[in-house]
Amino acid sequence: MNLPLPWPFEREFMQLALVAAVVVGATAPLMGVFLVQRRMSLMGDGIGHVAFAGVAGGVLLDIWPIWSALVVSVAGALTIELLRSRGTAGGDLALAVFFYGGIAGGVVMVGLADSLDGSILSYLFGSILTVTAGDVWVVVVLGAVVAAAILVAARALFAMAVDEEWSHVAGLPVGLLNGALAVLVALTIVAAMRVVGILLVAALMVLPVASGQLLARSQVAILGWSVVIGMSAAVTGLAAARVWGLAPGGTIVLVTVVVFAVVAVGAAIVGARRRHLATGLFPIDSHSH
Amino acid sequence: MTTPLLAADRISYAYGMTPVLTDVTLSVHAGEFAALVGPNGSGKTTLLRCLVGLTAPQSGSARLFDADPTQRRHGGRLGYVPQRPALAAGLSATVEDVVSAGRLARRSWLGGRRRSDREPIDAALEAVDLLPLRRERVSRLSGGQQQRAFIARALAGEPELLVLDEPVAGLDADSQACFRRSLAGLVERGGSVLLVSHELGAVADALDRVIVLKGTVRFDGTPEELTARGVSLGVHEQDLPLWLEGVR
Repeated sequence: MNLPLPWPFEREFMQLALVAAVVVGATAPLMGVFLVQRRMSLMGDGIGHVAFAGVAGGVLLDIWPIWSALVVSVAGALTIELLRSRGTAGGDLALAVFFYGGIAGGVVMVGLADSLDGSILSYLFGSILTVTAGDVWVVVVLGAVVAAAILVAARALFAMAVDEEWSHVAGLPVGLLNGALAVLVALTIVAAMRVVGILLVAALMVLPVASGQLLARSQVAILGWSVVIGMSAAVTGLAAARVWGLAPGGTIVLVTVVVFAVVAVGAAIVGARRRHLATGLFPIDSHSH
Repeated sequence: MTTPLLAADRISYAYGMTPVLTDVTLSVHAGEFAALVGPNGSGKTTLLRCLVGLTAPQSGSARLFDADPTQRRHGGRLGYVPQRPALAAGLSATVEDVVSAGRLARRSWLGGRRRSDREPIDAALEAVDLLPLRRERVSRLSGGQQQRAFIARALAGEPELLVLDEPVAGLDADSQACFRRSLAGLVERGGSVLLVSHELGAVADALDRVIVLKGTVRFDGTPEELTARGVSLGVHEQDLPLWLEGVR
């Protein structure tokens, strides 16, 4: 189905790409905000590498790589969470084990399958311009599941990000919610890997949130800004990629980097101006003494 | 005798071969403002973790509202103020975000904030003098103000029993006065407080009961009884060794 959209989204493949990019642009920061707040910004990266092992396993066993990536990522995410919550390994160490284990396992399996070709690279770097209507449906359904889960559990997840021990005593189902968050992160990565690629999906979880934190104070406002920035970057990056013939996944992520740089510089200028105004009031006082 | 809100029955606990609690028995009843005091390393925090269900005792038992505290079925009747948590560097949350989380203890954690949450959240912010700072980032507050925000989070859940772990450590004078007012206010409204601390500072004169812990319960009685033994209640950390000498 071809909708009457203006250039550069006039062609059907661009419209499919647009839907997928916007959904991923909204979903990834929706998850990422909770990871950033609990100093687990690299969790998306860690699970992404596990997903690569899943894709490679799918290629080796000749099953649809999305399924194998889904199973392996969910299992990996739950194991990382288990290691973190039990204190067996610190959050960063647990991630590092999976980060390196995943990429090493993936490379070995790809070697065994003798298939280091375009199909594997499309999962690593994304191939949004070739997504099918079926791919888009997968992304939309997973995005809806993630959004609904966050809508229901956001307040409890925010409370846990502030203070997990208090949340335990308050009677929140901390283990269940941590596990659910890990599974949702894995789902988001698998949904997004055809769009921006495994290596860049984690960036969409973190960079819009980094900008959102500079633009807003309250948790809900940060969530809102992060989603708006993620979606805007997806549209802008996709359009820029079409106009200048760039790699779409990388361009989308670069847009989020540029947004962060602009927001960070703007925040620094505003902060300096406020300090200047505040200190500017005191000389009047000091003259009077 | 009414059923206590909180009780320890012959609780013992050891870290490896080092015992920190030996046969500790105590209880807190409705309407009491009690303090559990003792020097650093006396087992206060371990006992508290057993009482609120964060840790299971190795022997003996804990009861919270006449139930096993690890089951966490208190339905928001318990308010808990942990030792001031180290806030994550990336944490962006306003004072109101933190305080409104307190409502989650009282009702289902599913869904968004309700209109009925507004009044208790405002009352809790007012009780700790943080209304003007409600939209400020909690990471930008002073240590004392952060502690007040965490007390307000517990108060927002409208608890019957408030348990606080070392809440006065490092508080400035303003925060101490505000802290005393908010706890005394809760007790006046029929609530109960168990304050765990190595110093009592501003609240010493508001207490109904003092429990002195040093591995085991060394004293459990009213402040007057303690004073009658020649022990001063002007308790500060530096006085504690002397103070404990007096309650053998």
